[in-house]
Amino acid sequence: MTALGRGLLAAAMVTLPFWLADPYYLHVVIMAGIFGVLALSLNLLLGYAGQLSLGHAAFFGIGAYTSALLTLKREWSFWPALAAAIALAAAAGWIIGRLALKLRGAYFVLVTISFAGVISLVSVNWIELTNGPLGLPGVPAPDLGPWSLRTKAAYYYLVLAAVALSYAVCRRLVRSRIGRAFVALRENEPLAESIGVDVTHYLVLAAVVSAAMAGLGGSLYAHYTRFVSPEVFLFTYTVTMVIMVVAGGKGTLAGPLVGAVLFTALPEALRLAASWQWQMLAYGSLLVLLVFFLPRGIVPQIVASFSGHPRSAPTSRTPLQ
Amino acid sequence: MDQLLQHLVNGLVLGGTYALLGIGLTLIFGLMNVVNFAHGEFYTLGAYVAFAALTLAGVNFIVGILAAIVAGAALGWLCEVTLLRPLRNESIDTTMLVMIGVWIAMQNGELLVWGGVAKSIPHPFPTAPLVMGPVAIAPLRVIVLVLAVGLIASSWLLIHQTKLGRAMRATFQDRDTAALMGVSIGRVHAATFAFGSALASAAGALLGPVFLAYPSMGDLASLKAFSVVILGGLGNLTGATVGGLLLGIAEELGAGYISSGYRDAVGFVIIIMVLVLRPSGLFARQERIG
Amino acid sequence: MTLAVSDLAVSFGGVTALDGVSFTVRPGSITSIIGPNGAGKTTAFNAITGYLQPTAGRINYDGAALTGLRPSAIARRGVVRTFQRTSVFPSLSVADNVLTGLHLSSTAGFLDVLVRRRWLVLEESSLHTDVEEIIGFVGLGHRRDEMASTLPYGEQRLVELALALAARPRVLLLDEPGAGMTGAEKTVVSGLIRQVREQGVTILLVEHDMRMVMGISDTVIVLNHGRVIAEGTPGEIQAHPDVIRAYLGAPRGAA
Repeated sequence: MTALGRGLLAAAMVTLPFWLADPYYLHVVIMAGIFGVLALSLNLLLGYAGQLSLGHAAFFGIGAYTSALLTLKREWSFWPALAAAIALAAAAGWIIGRLALKLRGAYFVLVTISFAGVISLVSVNWIELTNGPLGLPGVPAPDLGPWSLRTKAAYYYLVLAAVALSYAVCRRLVRSRIGRAFVALRENEPLAESIGVDVTHYLVLAAVVSAAMAGLGGSLYAHYTRFVSPEVFLFTYTVTMVIMVVAGGKGTLAGPLVGAVLFTALPEALRLAASWQWQMLAYGSLLVLLVFFLPRGIVPQIVASFSGHPRSAPTSRTPLQ
Repeated sequence: MDQLLQHLVNGLVLGGTYALLGIGLTLIFGLMNVVNFAHGEFYTLGAYVAFAALTLAGVNFIVGILAAIVAGAALGWLCEVTLLRPLRNESIDTTMLVMIGVWIAMQNGELLVWGGVAKSIPHPFPTAPLVMGPVAIAPLRVIVLVLAVGLIASSWLLIHQTKLGRAMRATFQDRDTAALMGVSIGRVHAATFAFGSALASAAGALLGPVFLAYPSMGDLASLKAFSVVILGGLGNLTGATVGGLLLGIAEELGAGYISSGYRDAVGFVIIIMVLVLRPSGLFARQERIG
Repeated sequence: MTLAVSDLAVSFGGVTALDGVSFTVRPGSITSIIGPNGAGKTTAFNAITGYLQPTAGRINYDGAALTGLRPSAIARRGVVRTFQRTSVFPSLSVADNVLTGLHLSSTAGFLDVLVRRRWLVLEESSLHTDVEEIIGFVGLGHRRDEMASTLPYGEQRLVELALALAARPRVLLLDEPGAGMTGAEKTVVSGLIRQVREQGVTILLVEHDMRMVMGISDTVIVLNHGRVIAEGTPGEIQAHPDVIRAYLGAPRGAA
């Protein structure tokens, strides 16, 4: 993207609440932003380090519950609760990273699914803490100094800042030796080790950063919808993140954001036309079609068609057992 | 003690169907290297086909189960031929994503057809439990266990005594060598997927009448199938059988002595513990099929 | 600076692959390990570089034990290997392959990257200089921006060599660098190996091509059935009766 394009995009993002006054549209944009953070987070692990986590909703849910519980039960204010949500999700990411260190491919996927399953069951059954399936209503809206971020426009800016921060973190990591080490693990793990990449260190690091970012998304979600229930652990959330990353282009910086915008807007647009079941049916079929017809995702496809020849964009070539 | 016996018997009934699920998945996973997240959807399919056959067509119970098996095999075959065959040389991630797509599509397709309300599947057996000493068991559950054992035995015969089974074992050992020896890999894969799916479908048709049929029942079934495969080791038929029985019993004991809310956590915990502590499976001397 | 292997033994479930292997690699030399298929050459490489744990024995480099260390830690100590099967980062360009290979030449940690320290720019630009230098050295300048997996086989092996050189080895273990190459390509690789050695890097080589081995080695070690049966200069080895027997009268799979 040219500097002009980038400037225009930034200006459009910053002024968005002024020309997109309809609260419904603003709501869709905010959800797209929250999912953007989640997709960026999953992409770090799936797209760069090459490990598919299907338990990502767990980190999202841990973030949401931590933030909700601390503000509701301990009456913390939003910002320290947000920090705690990120920290706790990161800790969960560390545990998964350590546990799954020797596991690759399908086995890694299964451990992440199981982890999310256990956490989800705890959220349903530990009623004294979580209020069980009824969930926690009345999560307070955040404040920024004297201002409340209760309005959609104000929350939009909070989410925008979170997206920008997550994007910046991903970008800096990816364009450093750390990101290159992640990619090395994805591409060829024994070779990565032979050139001195410490597998343990970088896998755990990828899991921790990814989980922390998902925790950020969870906290933002909790304080936006003002309600947290075990539904935050639904597998649907994880699948949505995966579809966003795969469709947008895994292993690219812009891909997850493009995917997030597309797959938040699309279901909303379909909502008038079709029921939830039809939408999900379309989602499932779309995932299959994507694998067949757009395996690298939208962003790499666009880049390739502009530059006229396929560039060294990452493919689905993941070293597996 | 009496309670323990009761839990063991209940666990055995559950475990028999888990073993069916596990055998199907361990063949697909082990032989085709496809992480079949849609496995549980074939279980759901079986339950609904049995429901349709028994209520709408009004056929006999056994015929209902056979219908489920045939439907599972047919859809499994179709799935392999249309979706997996073109991707045979792709990475395991690619096929996994496709199967996740199939899972979502099938589940919501079932939701559209049958609605979200759970269906109770009728059966012709008396509801009064058979009492044997301290143990009471519904006749339906006895039938389910007997049929499950019969199906497990048939699978074993298929793998060990038929030409197809020999081709399957050869393909599991070494796909390239098997292909050189004249085994048609395409046919073996299609047969494996159809067979595995038929077993899952049978498990759904068997357990459906014991519990209820609802569109998302396959999610937990998939998970249980994966627990069984991990417990038993990839491609290991005996492991899957024993693993299935153990999982059923462990769940019953967990639900009985810890908390029924955490019944389904048993499978998750098994997956994590076994993978972290003994990644090759509990009974695996060596990965094998048969 | 000596790499010393003593009493190295490796067995896989009862099958002995290496049985009491001892040798030292003189600093600055080119040492080759030869032997019939299944003699344990690659197994020795795997044990030295931490890809498998030996059943018994010690591996020392520069006076410190390498045994028990992970491959990445061994690479950090300057002992770097290549693989028998072509091993590159397939979907990265040649330049990105080498840039990734320079992992150990950079130091930035997670926080340095997050706050974008000023010295990072310098570090990155010096890495990019190194990339060009290494690509030029192996003669892949014209392939710089091409995806590694799209290169012809011989050039992929050069990418692999470039990657290993990027890790700044003091001892470089090359597992059949000439395998599958044309005669002309082998000559190029031999030349490169000599040049690397002239820069002070010790070379340990597994190779089947006897002309290449005898042409560039200072010392040749012969393995057979997991044991060292001979060690000496190329001339001594070519005349050694045990070696001739091992190759010509080997009961299973001659080279």
